[in-house]
Amino acid sequence: MTAPAATTPTAPSAPSASDISRTSHVSRASRIAARTAGGAVRVFLLLAGLFWLLPTVGLLLSSLRSPSDIAASGWWEVFTAPARLTTENYTQLLANGTITGSLVSTVLITVPATLLVLVLGSFAGYAFAWLDFPGRDWWFLGVVALLVVPVQVALVPVSKLFGAVGLFETTVGVVLFHTAFGLPFAIFLLRNFFAEIPRELLEAARLDGAGEVRLFTRVVLPLGGPAIASLGIFQFLWVWNDMLIALIFADSQSPPITVALQQQVRQFGNNVDVLAPGAFLSMVVPLAVFFAFQRQFASGVMAGAVK
Amino acid sequence: MPRATTSRAPAESTTRNGKGSRNGHRTRNGHRSRTVAAGFLLPALLLLGALVVYPIGYSVQRSFFDRSGSSFVGLDNYLALVTDDSLRTAVRNNLIWLVLAPAVATALGLVFAVLTERVRWGTAFKLVVFMPMAISMLAAGIIFRLVYEQDPDRGVANAVWVGVHDTFAESSGFPRARPLPVHPLAAAGGGAFVTKEAVRAGEPVRLPLIGVAPGRMPKEARPAHEPTSPSADTVTGTAWLDFTRGGGGKPNVVDPAELGLAGLRIEAVRDGTVVATATAAADGTFTLPADRADGAVLRLPASNFREQYNGVEWLGPSLVTPAVIGAYVWMWAGFAMVLIGAGLAAVPRELLEAARVDGANEWQVFRRITVPLLAPVLAVVLVTLMINVLKVFDLVFVIAPGSAQDDANVLALQLYRSSFGTDADLGVGSAIAVVLLLLVLPVMAVNIRRIRRETRR
Repeated sequence: MTAPAATTPTAPSAPSASDISRTSHVSRASRIAARTAGGAVRVFLLLAGLFWLLPTVGLLLSSLRSPSDIAASGWWEVFTAPARLTTENYTQLLANGTITGSLVSTVLITVPATLLVLVLGSFAGYAFAWLDFPGRDWWFLGVVALLVVPVQVALVPVSKLFGAVGLFETTVGVVLFHTAFGLPFAIFLLRNFFAEIPRELLEAARLDGAGEVRLFTRVVLPLGGPAIASLGIFQFLWVWNDMLIALIFADSQSPPITVALQQQVRQFGNNVDVLAPGAFLSMVVPLAVFFAFQRQFASGVMAGAVK
Repeated sequence: MPRATTSRAPAESTTRNGKGSRNGHRTRNGHRSRTVAAGFLLPALLLLGALVVYPIGYSVQRSFFDRSGSSFVGLDNYLALVTDDSLRTAVRNNLIWLVLAPAVATALGLVFAVLTERVRWGTAFKLVVFMPMAISMLAAGIIFRLVYEQDPDRGVANAVWVGVHDTFAESSGFPRARPLPVHPLAAAGGGAFVTKEAVRAGEPVRLPLIGVAPGRMPKEARPAHEPTSPSADTVTGTAWLDFTRGGGGKPNVVDPAELGLAGLRIEAVRDGTVVATATAAADGTFTLPADRADGAVLRLPASNFREQYNGVEWLGPSLVTPAVIGAYVWMWAGFAMVLIGAGLAAVPRELLEAARVDGANEWQVFRRITVPLLAPVLAVVLVTLMINVLKVFDLVFVIAPGSAQDDANVLALQLYRSSFGTDADLGVGSAIAVVLLLLVLPVMAVNIRRIRRETRR
């Protein structure tokens, strides 16, 4: 990722179409001015890009240094002695039952919470888009209203509720909470997407004698693929990255990775050799998802702007 | 903009759908389809009812009761938000967040979106800036705890800051250096040292100091020695570190391995005024003109001994909120950039070209055409970020050290403390929750009106 950014700006760039049309009929002086401005833009963006990359690079390099090196100097010193980098912190971390256990907890929370939102969201989305029942539009407006409700409103009441039914500090409780707060957006997005399916397709299937369930599984779900994928990625990252909800509702004996790491932050200075590799480990899956599904992620984020 | 398209497209299909249902099979299948609809909807609606709608009612009701939940206190919990000190800090900080964070993130996103269109590696740049969106606030928090570490040898922010600072303001060379009692120097107040006796031309002056760690000595420092050729025209001498590593040196004697205090500033003072100045060379020797310095005392000004500049206390009480906002902007500028970039793609190129042909410069094109055309997108981005900023919790919780959490406090953090902390007051916690909800109500209303218009059409 750094490679193109570091090398291309020095190479002379071919003028783009707009450059040509802009400069063809203006003076040489303004062409030079435009070129200097272009250079300034490149330098600015290069610096900004560096600025954005540096914190993450710092985390990665810190995670690869021995605790004594971390205590003695900044991560940028590795460039003077790259041989001192070590994967020891990661080895230690992966031998640490708490951390590996917390990664398992994260998966056990994230996967069901994502699947449940997709399943329940597409059921409801389909009902709102294609089924006929009294007050449908009003119900849908109700769901839309819930889009912007902050999770904070529910923390206390739901912890009481879960306490009463024995779901407090359980994985099931965390999953249900995430599902509930993921649903308004899921229903909104999928209902809108399903509604665009051509009516003729559904009518044809109905004439063939397909029931609503068959219609849903055979026609609507396959056609809704892109929206479901986008939503799935968005919800997956949302739940994977959550700390607040897990902090309150997750089993304190087997917390997800965000909470497990958060508990180490208190003694930050002495814990960098655990926190830096831990944070990086927790980022690996989201970053892999991000790079593999940039497009879906971007559209999910854009559609989910309201969340 | 994708959001606009997702919300506009269903309008047609709803109408189509509506027509279809009037075509008749409602009467025949009405009852059955109602059961089917209930089957599809019930799981989702039950969850929403129990975990989203019911809690709203509970929080509203609970916010009117006291800590124990038994007695009705009216609006007292809300009043506490403006009267209680720590709550007031939270409200004030939230306002700072609300004003600063969305504006800065949106401005940066706009600049990035516009400028990346002009470079070939724009996509790579966008990827770099957008990437922090994918990671957790906890990870971002840890990343920025590292960035903001106080010690300039460990935190990159202070390393850069001190580097810039020292480029413009000379750093002092010898913090904590001092003479021994046997040395011919004495404290002169304010951190300066002065010779106990007046100096004479032709008599080499000794200015020994101790207390500089060998690793902290200037790189150019060389073994010190007495001035080679004392003359009657000059006052000469040696300023050196009177300390032999490993021991064996004699106090107040220039031993062979002892280093000159290269760069030490020396003033000749007569009757309280500085009459001449010199700087010690690499070997510690210095020379002053005899006509002015003869009979004066030599002073080592305090500027030699000032503590090294140690950078800014990013996570201290006064800067912690801006510092955390910086981390937030790092995470969310990419969001603004991508949304604005999508809006930019919809701006007709001919309009920009026409303005350029008419002689508008790039700034005018940006200011007069691009920005006004993007206004709706910018508004969406700003509002979205504002909603998001209201709820900011993880970043503050992770980045602000325990000692600075009170100064960095925000509503969502206070809500967490009030509800689950050691000194919990669910009344106040619920009041904060209701305030957060009230603040997003206008956006909720806008959403509802938009969808209603679309489903009615």
